[in-house]
Amino acid sequence: MKRKGRYGPFGGFYVPEVLIPALEEIEAAFERFRDDAAFVRDLDLLYKDYAGRPTPLYLAGRFSEIVGFSVYLKREDLLHGGAHKINNTLGQGLLARFMGKIKLIAETGAGQHGLATAIVGALFGMETKVFMGRTDVERQNVNVHKMKLMGAEVIPVEGGTGTLKDAINEALRYWTAHIEDTFYLFGTAAGPHPYPMIVRHFQEPIGREARRQCLEKIGRLPDLAVACVGGGSNAIGLFSAFLEDKDVRIVGVEGGGRGLDTHQHCATLVKGSVGVLHGCRSYLLQDENGQIYETECISAGLDYPGVGPEHAYLKDSGRAEYVSVSDEEVLDVFDLFCKTEGIIPALESSHALAWLLKQKGRLPKETAVVVNLSGRGDKDAGIVESHRPLAARMP
Amino acid sequence: MTGYHETFGRLKRTALIPFFVIGDPTYEQSLELVKTALDAGADILELGIPFSDPIADGPTIQKADLRSLAAGMTPAKALQFIGEIAAFQPVPIGLLVYYNLIVQYGTERFCRDFKEAGGTSILVADLSIDDADEMIPAVEAAGLETVFMITPNTPEERIDAIAAKTTGFLYTVSRLGTTGERNDLSDSIRPLIARIKRHTNKPICVGFGISSAEHARQVANAGADGVIIGSRIVKCIEENLCTPERIAPAAGRFIAGIKAALEAAPSGG
Ligand SMILES: Cc1ncc(COP(=O)(O)O)c(C=O)c1O
Repeated sequence: MKRKGRYGPFGGFYVPEVLIPALEEIEAAFERFRDDAAFVRDLDLLYKDYAGRPTPLYLAGRFSEIVGFSVYLKREDLLHGGAHKINNTLGQGLLARFMGKIKLIAETGAGQHGLATAIVGALFGMETKVFMGRTDVERQNVNVHKMKLMGAEVIPVEGGTGTLKDAINEALRYWTAHIEDTFYLFGTAAGPHPYPMIVRHFQEPIGREARRQCLEKIGRLPDLAVACVGGGSNAIGLFSAFLEDKDVRIVGVEGGGRGLDTHQHCATLVKGSVGVLHGCRSYLLQDENGQIYETECISAGLDYPGVGPEHAYLKDSGRAEYVSVSDEEVLDVFDLFCKTEGIIPALESSHALAWLLKQKGRLPKETAVVVNLSGRGDKDAGIVESHRPLAARMP
Repeated sequence: MTGYHETFGRLKRTALIPFFVIGDPTYEQSLELVKTALDAGADILELGIPFSDPIADGPTIQKADLRSLAAGMTPAKALQFIGEIAAFQPVPIGLLVYYNLIVQYGTERFCRDFKEAGGTSILVADLSIDDADEMIPAVEAAGLETVFMITPNTPEERIDAIAAKTTGFLYTVSRLGTTGERNDLSDSIRPLIARIKRHTNKPICVGFGISSAEHARQVANAGADGVIIGSRIVKCIEENLCTPERIAPAAGRFIAGIKAALEAAPSGG
């Protein structure tokens, strides 16, 4: 029997029978079109003229001075929609179009993937439904509004803590009933095969460009590649280009929330154990019986108790390290970064920056780091304000 | 022995298979409820262990899972529950479970303990035949039967492959979607059963959305070997949460009504 979509013991196809034909259809279409001349030409054009690729690699001078080594930002925050998510939604959206599908559904946490799907839905004239946990609808209301402006229907999901896991549950349920005409545009490099493979593919330009830009700018590869990890798409996009470069250290940063000794975090690879959820075998945050924990983290885009199977594999094989930072550390670096670089980083991306700040004085000053600035933080201003009101901080 | 082969062979009509989430709303009330269902004429039981993220289930069974979990249900207690039912009355017991619960318990140990408790078959909601080989050896070693699903969108070749891995019965759904009540039964159920029968003579049971005696009669007429009724029965719990003493009688009456309809219907399979 075929064992598709495996990363060592991780990955797989663990879904109800009703979803199998749809996943196989998407896999077959992906294999058919990924290198198809017309598909590649259309996608490259969209990446370039619509989304704004290639994104710059920028030496964050003042931040580098503070930490004591060179930090290069891969500016995915400059993409249309404000995050790396558009790489994937343009790719999958175009795939849906080549398949003749006319309806899209998506789950979203921070609203960035929902927004990127709404953008593509408008661009291609496809009816778009976005499932979003109730808590996330409230804390990411700016993105909810934008999705609606672009004609998407946002469906708030009750149940659980009203976060990304609950949104995925509901999107999968909806899909089982509408599988014939609906394409499920999955937002991260997790879930059942073929999604981890497809999402990685469409996020690979991040790493490919960063690698080339690094060689151009500093004449060598970076010493360190860093990215935040929710489901793992922006991270695998960056890491994929450096996996074979054994001298490049690879670090993924998870949401440590209120602390790893509480359940209020989403540090799946750091604290989790192996299990099966949402179609794949990977690390999970779960109790001893296999019931999945409700996670909690300041960043909605990382708030997920699972993680993509390739990251589980990279962890176990030792090729990549996974670490976490706390909400407080994230808020600290968010503030610092805005003031020193004039860039508002997404709270998700701020996790990667927070880990770098903690390396201050611990890395040689010749160290060159590429960090994925996966998104911009305009959407997060309200959350940061509710934790640390500006007025209270004014001298 | 309470295997399916014997049960389907003995019955000259379509089997009545109610579904319950074990421990919904509490262990004791659930036990009373399942015993009432047996008294009312259930031929086979389909029991579910609650899971935090039941992606194959609609709102009614999701809520049942949450009630049961809130009342403290665990896989170990569910196996104890199954043991109590089997001691009350010999009846084939099919289990519906999400894969992670089995993985965490330990696949081999789970199959052994379930068999020992009196179980008959395991259907894993999120394990298709593509990955099932990691579990089937343990199922067979324990002397359990396998149940897999066939849905209206299952391609022809795949029906053969699914039937080949099935030793118990084929679980067929009348339409695409999650578990949940429906007002009317899909017209596709009759052609679907006919299509499956062209591939295999394994028993066929139909579930998802069967909500009335009329639906059950239609499923029997379409030639099914069993009819599985879940959400509509679980609804009896949801509707009587404030008056729990009414749960078992309400479900008992409903099940007896279905049983009468099946007995009046011409023989199935
Ligand atoms: C800006 C940004 N970065 C990162 C993430 C986390 O997702 P992933 O781990 O798939 O990159 C999100 C998710 O919404 C996001 O919006």
